[in-house]
Amino acid sequence: MVEKKRSGYWLTHFGLILGVLFIFFPVWLTFVASTVTQDAIIQPPLPIIPGGEFFENYANALFRGAPEGYGARVPVMQMMINSAIMAIGITVGKIVISLLSAFAFVYFRFPFRNLCFWLIFITLMLPVEVRIVPTYEVVANLNLLNSYTGLIFPLIASATATFLFRQFFMTIPDEMVEAARMDGCSPMRFFIDILVPISKTNIAALFVILFIFGWNQYLWPLLMTTDPDMQTIVMAIDSMIPTGDDFAHWPTIMATAMLAMVPPVIIVVSMQKFFVKGLLESDK
Amino acid sequence: MEKRVFFKGWWLPALLVAPQLLISFVFFFYPSGQAIWNSLFLPDPFGLKTEFVGLDNFRFLLSDPYYLASFKTTVIFSTAVSVSSMALGLYLAALADRLIKGAGVYQTLLIWPYAIAPAIAGVLWLFMFNGNIGLASYYLKALGYEWNHTLKGDQAMFLVILASSWGRISYNFLFFLAGLQAIPKSIIEAAAIDGASFWKRFGTIVIPLLSPITFFLLVVNIVYAFFDTFGVIHTITSGGPEQSTTILVYKVFSDGFVSQDLGSSAAQSVILLVLVGILTVIQFKYIERKVHY
Repeated sequence: MVEKKRSGYWLTHFGLILGVLFIFFPVWLTFVASTVTQDAIIQPPLPIIPGGEFFENYANALFRGAPEGYGARVPVMQMMINSAIMAIGITVGKIVISLLSAFAFVYFRFPFRNLCFWLIFITLMLPVEVRIVPTYEVVANLNLLNSYTGLIFPLIASATATFLFRQFFMTIPDEMVEAARMDGCSPMRFFIDILVPISKTNIAALFVILFIFGWNQYLWPLLMTTDPDMQTIVMAIDSMIPTGDDFAHWPTIMATAMLAMVPPVIIVVSMQKFFVKGLLESDK
Repeated sequence: MEKRVFFKGWWLPALLVAPQLLISFVFFFYPSGQAIWNSLFLPDPFGLKTEFVGLDNFRFLLSDPYYLASFKTTVIFSTAVSVSSMALGLYLAALADRLIKGAGVYQTLLIWPYAIAPAIAGVLWLFMFNGNIGLASYYLKALGYEWNHTLKGDQAMFLVILASSWGRISYNFLFFLAGLQAIPKSIIEAAAIDGASFWKRFGTIVIPLLSPITFFLLVVNIVYAFFDTFGVIHTITSGGPEQSTTILVYKVFSDGFVSQDLGSSAAQSVILLVLVGILTVIQFKYIERKVHY
């Protein structure tokens, strides 16, 4: 900071705090709604201090479902497990296939290398939303509807992680390979004992980004899963929201919304350093 | 850039790229090809046979007032989301960059909404603006303003823009903050010694130096508004009222899965495919240029 003016300093903080409040307010309101009774919600205005029904509402949401109203009696515990499996599956799957192919592109010369590279490069462009109908048909024909495989694999088909690892491998000095080869190190040994360990930070950064990407998937699980036991929590919230004037048990819905937010938020906050690195270097 | 030293052999690297290529073919190239292929056909209403119609699906789409309206909606929506979330992100980043101590704390407090799914963000804002129980609509009513986004298209649009921008501020904040912190302090100090005020410095030094990152963010945010906001729209408005919030990607979904109009949906996918292609090329042109600096 160049000049130091007392008033400017406090105005800076004031402006930032306003921003923070704007960011927090909707989530705070949701939290409050998840701790009060149904009666407190349906008679507006909603209080802005949490109530005493925290345990009751969350136990309902997780294990029993809403006691009454639209979308009642659908517990979300299994859905959270499904979300976790999908998120971790996508994350691990993407990281593993990307590490392998980036290793091949950087450290080998093989026929059609450029062609393969371009084929993967093109997949950078298209989010699953664009080719949603034919992808659905492929998965249906493979009998993968309502399965973890069907939830995970179509979302692994993207090249971002491959590019990030390729960029990183390029910066590793050639002497490293030379030394390894001189010591009679096989390619796979070099990969496992040297390349993967020095990529640790990049792997952690991608882990955060991809976990959020996986956990927050919405349209794909919405189409893919008809079996309630295979639904994910982010898509399930949609079936709880009443349309029009239907009656709904809001404390349970809001507790479910909180449960859908908490795991990815914890990962971002606790792994903030890696998250920032991953975001700035990859984008998605 | 290429490595000078590498391993020999071709079957091992072939094996290494095989998983990614296989997945790309099954879940990417084949479906994308299928979308292009289907866009040239028109299935009969019972799905018994399809007829080759060439570019008729496209011709029909481009003269369909609903599709053109959806185009316009998408342009308004993505411009509003990109501009508002970037403006707020830049504003907060510029403030945080002024602090010597505490910028890290604000960063933590501001970035976590990135982790919230657009669909969940939609639910939070829907709850606030719910006609019967929402806090915001309650106070708007008390002020004499009738809020009903299920009937009024412009209110629905405002709400989906608000919900989509809200979760996006963190992303823009983080990139702008990194951009601001990369500007050498010596340049700013030199300008300050020459008597340039904060706003003068911001306008003549900071903004021009941030322009590459601003351009990058613009492209990324437009892509976000095009596709990732599906969840927001689906939870809050389902494209309504009267299609006033039906953006292109939502129309692909509703025509393809709800109305089962597969030829038209495929043609829409192809148009989106071309749009993303153009955006990606623009973005890579930018990244290449940045590398050459």
